Amino acid sequence: MRTIRHVAVNVFKECVRDKVLYNLVAFASLLIAVSYLLGQLTAGQDVKIVKDLGLAAIAIFGLLISVFIGIGLVWKEVERRSIYGLLSKPIRRSEFIIGKYAGLALTLFVNVAVMTVVFYAVLAYLNTQFPEVVRTAWPAPATDPGMLRAIVLIFVELLLVTAIALFFSTFSSPFLSAALTCGLWVIGHFNADLRNFEAVVESRPAALLARGLYYILPNFAAFDIKNQVVHALPVPAGYVVTTALYGCVYIALLITGAVAIFSRRDFK
Amino acid sequence: MKARVVALCVVLMGGVVGLQALHEHRGGPPASTSTNLLYVRSPEAMRRLALSYDALLADTYWIRAVQHFGETRRSTESTNRYDLLFPLLDLTVSLDPYFNVPYQFGAIFLAEEPPGGPGRPDLAIALLEKGLKAQPEKWEFAQAIGFVHYWSRQDYPEAAAWFAKAARFPNAPNWMAPLAATTLAVGGSRESSRQLWRQVAESEDAGDWFRREAGRRLQQLDAMDQIDQLQRAVSSYAARTGRQASGWGELNQAGYLRGNPVDPTGVPYRIDAGVVGLDRQSRLNPLPTAGVKIGLPQ
Repeated sequence: MRTIRHVAVNVFKECVRDKVLYNLVAFASLLIAVSYLLGQLTAGQDVKIVKDLGLAAIAIFGLLISVFIGIGLVWKEVERRSIYGLLSKPIRRSEFIIGKYAGLALTLFVNVAVMTVVFYAVLAYLNTQFPEVVRTAWPAPATDPGMLRAIVLIFVELLLVTAIALFFSTFSSPFLSAALTCGLWVIGHFNADLRNFEAVVESRPAALLARGLYYILPNFAAFDIKNQVVHALPVPAGYVVTTALYGCVYIALLITGAVAIFSRRDFK
Repeated sequence: MKARVVALCVVLMGGVVGLQALHEHRGGPPASTSTNLLYVRSPEAMRRLALSYDALLADTYWIRAVQHFGETRRSTESTNRYDLLFPLLDLTVSLDPYFNVPYQFGAIFLAEEPPGGPGRPDLAIALLEKGLKAQPEKWEFAQAIGFVHYWSRQDYPEAAAWFAKAARFPNAPNWMAPLAATTLAVGGSRESSRQLWRQVAESEDAGDWFRREAGRRLQQLDAMDQIDQLQRAVSSYAARTGRQASGWGELNQAGYLRGNPVDPTGVPYRIDAGVVGLDRQSRLNPLPTAGVKIGLPQ
């Protein structure tokens, strides 16, 4: 456990050294600039649009970090040949992989947490710019804590994307890993179409294959409740817990696969 | 060395700003022939392309719709009027069916006659019916459909039927049923129109711009009442003296008025060959066609 913590902390420090946290400045600037400019463009829909934009930006910034750092986690060590030095120490390959993953997860957590604070701060400011009569017409308060449910699921989604990127990075090049991770992320949003594939094809085997893929491929669409929380629509706590659990089980599966592949790799 | 680099950067930045100013001075790039383009019109295709960012894309289309409406309304060109308004609003609500403002916006402005809108009440109703399908509990959409029938089609029985339908929604306000009854009894009268707009102006759910628009319509109704009164005074003066008054001064001197009359926005009324009307500067222009839109007492 200590070894995993050491590896994780090192990954986090490396991310900080690589100026990954600079994206937080970009995020804050984007939200503040948008909230200032939107008033002239949206016919009074500023708060709704800042909510949409803030949640989407948290997801997009996180996605970029997950993919582009996730694919380099293992590859960088191999490319720089530092893996030889690392593996000659009393460190198991499983601990190395889990530590790398935990480090990036920690980076993502810090990112998402700071972005959430900035997001709520901008909304709190916007809240003061509207009279009471306008505020009562909103479906939810500007700083509605219910939006945290969407942020929790965005975070679990990012952890899943990181696990996919790490899994691919254990056996392929960064470019291929990025392409495969992004491909899976896109397909994961069309999951519902795979389920309904039998309605559009006559071939029974094709329908069965699509149904099989529906169950096997990660269902990223399930993590998206941004629209529901912005409009204060009911999202049962059970749904959030089940979806988060689904993400965690999938992550465990991918990490197990990554450890298995990495353990068999020959670095001679 | 460092100072030289800074100086070079300042000079180069000055060059960039100067060239940009020159570019602006010369009027920018040559005029393009295709300004109003909507590459994807299919809401279904757009929803798929959006992945999980459909709400953000809906916001973008909403901003485009508002810009398109404002730009077209200010434009003096007679062609290409509001042709993207419905597709943009339709894409917006298809991507985010719970985004309520575009439905209300469409209800008012899609139905409005040119030059204020495209004069398409059918599209306004189609948009609102889409809203009712997505949110069957929204009495406001049923009310808005009644509104379109009332204002744009002058179909008062149909308007009353929709108001009655809205009144049957579980969360409908208690003034909805009397509104349906009033519309059926005296649909088209100025008083029922006033009642309708007052409800909108006082509605908490209406957006700020929607309330402002309702306020403007109420001012138009007040102006129409005032114009009727002034017209009676002008006609009476003409009948007594045998000639038309050339200005408010004559009516003041004759004791018909005390001071120059102004419309509810503070702009003086105009009198021209014995006919009273709004000044061209008034933002209440154009008044709804008397007797057709608002139902002047005949």
